[in-house]
Amino acid sequence: MARENEKEREEAKQDDAVALPVEGERLRELEETWKSPRGVWKFLTDTNHKVIAMRYVVTAFVFFLLAGLEAAVMRLQLARPESRILTPDLYDQFFTMHGTTMMFLFAVPIMEAMGLYFVPMMIGTRNVAFPRMNAFGYYTYLIGGLLLYIGFFLHVGPDAGWFAYVPLSGPQFSPGKRIDIWAQMITFTEIAALVGAVEIIVTVFKQRAPGMTLNRLPLFVWAQLVTSFMIIFSMPAVMMASGMLAMDRLVDTHFFNPAEGGDALLYQHLFWFFGHPEVYIIFIPALGFVSSIVATFTRRPVFGYLAMVLSLIATAFIGFGLWVHHMFATPLPQLGQSFFTGASMMIAIPSGVQIFCWIATMWRGKLRLKTPMVFVLGFFAIFVLGGLSGIILASVPLDWQVHDTYFVVAHFHYVLIGGAVFPLFGAMHYWYPKWTGRMISERLGMLTFWLLFVGFNLVFFPMHQLGLKGMPRRVYTYLPETGWGSLNMIASVGAALMALGVVTFLANVWASRRAGVLAGANPWYADTLEWATESPAPDYNFANIPTVEGRSALWEMKDDTPIVVGLSTECREVLCTHIMDAEPDHRYELPGPSIFPVLTALAVGVAFTAGIFTPWAFPVSAVLSGASLYGWFWSNRNSKNEPVKERRARTDKADRPSPRPAARTVEGEA
Amino acid sequence: MTTRSAINVRLGRAGRRVLGVALAAVCVASTTGFDANQKVLAPAGPHAGGVSRLWWIFFPVLAVVYVVTLIFCAVAVARGRARQGRDAGANSIPPPEAKPDEARERRVRSAVVVATALTTIILFVLLVSSFLTGRELTMTRSDAGALTIEVTGHQWWWEVRYDDAVSANVFTTANEIHVPVGQPVILRLSSTDVIHSFWVPNLAGKKDLIPGKSSSVWLRADREGVYRGQCAEFCGMQHAHMAFVVVADPPDKFWAWVAAQRQPAVNPQTDSQKRGQAVFLSATCVMCHAIQGTQANASVGPNLTHVASRAWIAAETIPNTRGHLSGWVANAQGVKPGVLMPPNSLSSEDLQSLLDYLQSLK
Amino acid sequence: MKRGDLKSEITNLRFCLSPSVRRPSARACVVAAWLAVVVALAACEREKRETVEAAPGARTEAISLSDLRPGGGSQPGETKNPDEGRAYDISQGKQFFSYYNCAGCHFNGGGGIGPPLMDDKWIYGSDPANIYETIVEGRPNGMPSFRGKITDAQVWQLVGYVRSMSGQLPKDVSPTRSDHMNARKSEQTTEKEQPKKTTLPETK
Repeated sequence: MARENEKEREEAKQDDAVALPVEGERLRELEETWKSPRGVWKFLTDTNHKVIAMRYVVTAFVFFLLAGLEAAVMRLQLARPESRILTPDLYDQFFTMHGTTMMFLFAVPIMEAMGLYFVPMMIGTRNVAFPRMNAFGYYTYLIGGLLLYIGFFLHVGPDAGWFAYVPLSGPQFSPGKRIDIWAQMITFTEIAALVGAVEIIVTVFKQRAPGMTLNRLPLFVWAQLVTSFMIIFSMPAVMMASGMLAMDRLVDTHFFNPAEGGDALLYQHLFWFFGHPEVYIIFIPALGFVSSIVATFTRRPVFGYLAMVLSLIATAFIGFGLWVHHMFATPLPQLGQSFFTGASMMIAIPSGVQIFCWIATMWRGKLRLKTPMVFVLGFFAIFVLGGLSGIILASVPLDWQVHDTYFVVAHFHYVLIGGAVFPLFGAMHYWYPKWTGRMISERLGMLTFWLLFVGFNLVFFPMHQLGLKGMPRRVYTYLPETGWGSLNMIASVGAALMALGVVTFLANVWASRRAGVLAGANPWYADTLEWATESPAPDYNFANIPTVEGRSALWEMKDDTPIVVGLSTECREVLCTHIMDAEPDHRYELPGPSIFPVLTALAVGVAFTAGIFTPWAFPVSAVLSGASLYGWFWSNRNSKNEPVKERRARTDKADRPSPRPAARTVEGEA
Repeated sequence: MTTRSAINVRLGRAGRRVLGVALAAVCVASTTGFDANQKVLAPAGPHAGGVSRLWWIFFPVLAVVYVVTLIFCAVAVARGRARQGRDAGANSIPPPEAKPDEARERRVRSAVVVATALTTIILFVLLVSSFLTGRELTMTRSDAGALTIEVTGHQWWWEVRYDDAVSANVFTTANEIHVPVGQPVILRLSSTDVIHSFWVPNLAGKKDLIPGKSSSVWLRADREGVYRGQCAEFCGMQHAHMAFVVVADPPDKFWAWVAAQRQPAVNPQTDSQKRGQAVFLSATCVMCHAIQGTQANASVGPNLTHVASRAWIAAETIPNTRGHLSGWVANAQGVKPGVLMPPNSLSSEDLQSLLDYLQSLK
Repeated sequence: MKRGDLKSEITNLRFCLSPSVRRPSARACVVAAWLAVVVALAACEREKRETVEAAPGARTEAISLSDLRPGGGSQPGETKNPDEGRAYDISQGKQFFSYYNCAGCHFNGGGGIGPPLMDDKWIYGSDPANIYETIVEGRPNGMPSFRGKITDAQVWQLVGYVRSMSGQLPKDVSPTRSDHMNARKSEQTTEKEQPKKTTLPETK
């Protein structure tokens, strides 16, 4: 291997003279091949992972703003006892929409979107594995989200909580179409989550740059990979639950009707078997953000790579073993509950290990306190508190008292906002230059942080106290005699600060996009491959696919580190590598833009939406999606590009010399 | 407080001041006492007492862990910044340390291993204390002389039935559970519609009432008092107003109350009360409510046999005064929107008579 | 010392050689437009939940209650039930149907002591006004009068529910199965019966 490299280097030196003009032509061709289609209609056909991921991010953020507004209105209602800003009916819809939107339409999609954007760039490839399916996933998500919000605006907002326990959400106690829309939306948007997970897993396993063994995978990518596996194992449970709920409601099945042999508790098991891993699905990608940011701003790799990776995996495994701690108040056997106490406490260990490793990294590193890093420090302060209050919730006797009170509300906002939203804001400040090519304002960034941090603690810290003073969750008001007024008022004031923080962030994004300092390729001097290409990245991501020689790809890159050549520029070709060692395996052509993903998503959407009203929607949709799937695959086969083998032969015959000799490239053939 | 020390090492004086004020406000608000007794940490019985003891094990340990973690975090930030300042000028970036020095890493590694081991030990201690408390609280202490009360959750009120071997002694009331001080009580819980959760913070943790499942909760009041409780599982529009009280009386007072409750309703004395009873029996009231000793025996709404003996109405939403009662009868939707009780447009005289009658039902 | 800078320069050169033509993202406002259109359509009555009811008796005047007409005959100027479009009210009606013991005679619509309600036969007419009259006034041979016992709003909810039992209401308004033993197909899945007038059955 070493000798080979030497030979390559020598050849490279000889080639350098002729490389540049040929390089220019090659890049133009690359640009032409990978160009995103333009125009309103073509807009829908785009399959570039960055475009799709950006649409995810923007859509999810819009949902975040909507859910935030709902929260603000609820805080307004709860600021004083017995206020009448919202009727109970509306309040129920608001808190249901808030929870549903934050969990299903904001948190999971935006975390996956960060993965869909950066995973291909971090592992050095040009697109995700199944670009059209990726687009299809986005459109299902969009349709699902729109369905829910259109319902809400038409007074058909769901009102049984984001958990929608039966029998309250069942046919007898939730008449009308409110819960039907909710249930269908859940099933439908989870398709998008599953699609995204499949994308990430296959992309990570098969498309890594040569040399990026699993042992050198950036922690961000590990986090995304682990999350994707969690999605694949947990989402089917909730799709099952929502599907059974929809059937109970629409076609008179009795899954959850105890009088006919069904079981109301079954729903809770199914829901939380998804619902608890869901928390980690949101939280683990955020750990990836934190690791990326910490490494960059301490100028060293994160301490304890192996421990970090094993912790992620351990979290994912244990995360499936503690769903019952949401059900400690149900009449389940005591011994069984105790098992879940053990599991719930055990999960604190891998989380603790990661926190310790980050502290060790800062301890041994050279720390720069830029906005993203400050958000990470905020994450420490908030998340650790949330994690510790989680240990209280893990204990069965303590949970009997604090379950379903504001203590729990405080706890999960500490872990979800602290553990996921703060890192996410850090990540958005961190990768903003890569998205837009300009730096985001530090000054406004700091202001955003302080508004959010102070606001957050004002809102949620008093809620611990409220819970211990007996205030249950999901109440639309409370009596003045309860004495919960002043703490609630503090919380509502904090909510205003948080809202201000989000507005500052939006202003910062808008202003910096116009007037920010130009960023260049690697403004933070970071170590992962997404910073190897210019900002914003071209449609094809990398002019040359890099190779990797260490865990910190860019820091360990030498002047003579080889690059991959020999990939066709005439079609959307990527390099596939082996799962473990990332040895080059074969070249693979990815399909280009297509309108059929949108059409298929619409066809499936017909089934889920119209299925609420008539079962005929399903056969109709089957025909429609069959037709569009046919188009999808037909257009793929008939692409103007020829199969890989022939093309390679032709390239050789045309005697177009590669700018550089193939460095550890295409050995195996498709 | 704790957050303060950690985060603020370098983040500007203004920010620190804002945070300080905010946290001070929170602390002040949380230390001022409240009157309503619906508190987890003011136990009045062994069940809540056990949990409260456990809390005072968990809370200090976790608080110390939090403070120590954040102190380490703060020191790490300070050190990291110092190294950055040493290695680089004001604006330039020090070179990355792609392969950190092994010997130094090993020292840090041992610190991380120790921290992890400590975490595990602490968690284990907490786990065991939680198990022991849980075991203690679920062991049936109900054996001899326990009083059994059936509690049924409805949207959105509590039906309370005191069982007795003699069927004539069985009586039903609503939203007000009287218990004798010092005697264990078993509450058998069931629900007729959706899931509710029974919770009196001062006496015991929650237990869900799930249709199709039976559950029970054990409690004992060791101090006299009126303890407020509330439904803790979201159960629809008026979940917020589904409260109840547990009244703990000395045994003699309790048994006197029981004796009074076992009696049928008193007969109307005055003309107005008589007219009120007639109104009750001929208007919408009789469709849903029961008054022992009259023809009214529906069980859709609360039993009103001794309604005047209760301090609150509408599931502890409004005090049982004449004014509130008349507002409730005339337009319950104004008090609890969505409740099943319909508005009643009685003539003024009918309403006054009805109130006279209801207030006579001691 | 400056190695960091140098390094990133190098990587820039190596991976960023592109004719750097950036495509301004063509953000179509299609989605937003869609939303706007739909919001403009707002106000869907189907899901309205009125918790503050009209005072009892407010709508009673519209119907002449004195007119006993065995064998049916619709009211002059058919009265529409305001609740028939709203699933919530129909479901309330279903609840009252059991609370007020209607099921005691009519059972779950199959009939027993009282006539069945889920078939196509209507002795006193299938019009909402007829059913209203039946409930408020009572009918010979056992149907009691609920005048004054049930508020007007509840009567209309019951009327709506009674009509849903034979599939007279739109499917998205009629209730589905209950959380207890279901002796019959749910109202929603009941096929619509064409109402036929019929006379009183022979009294035994």
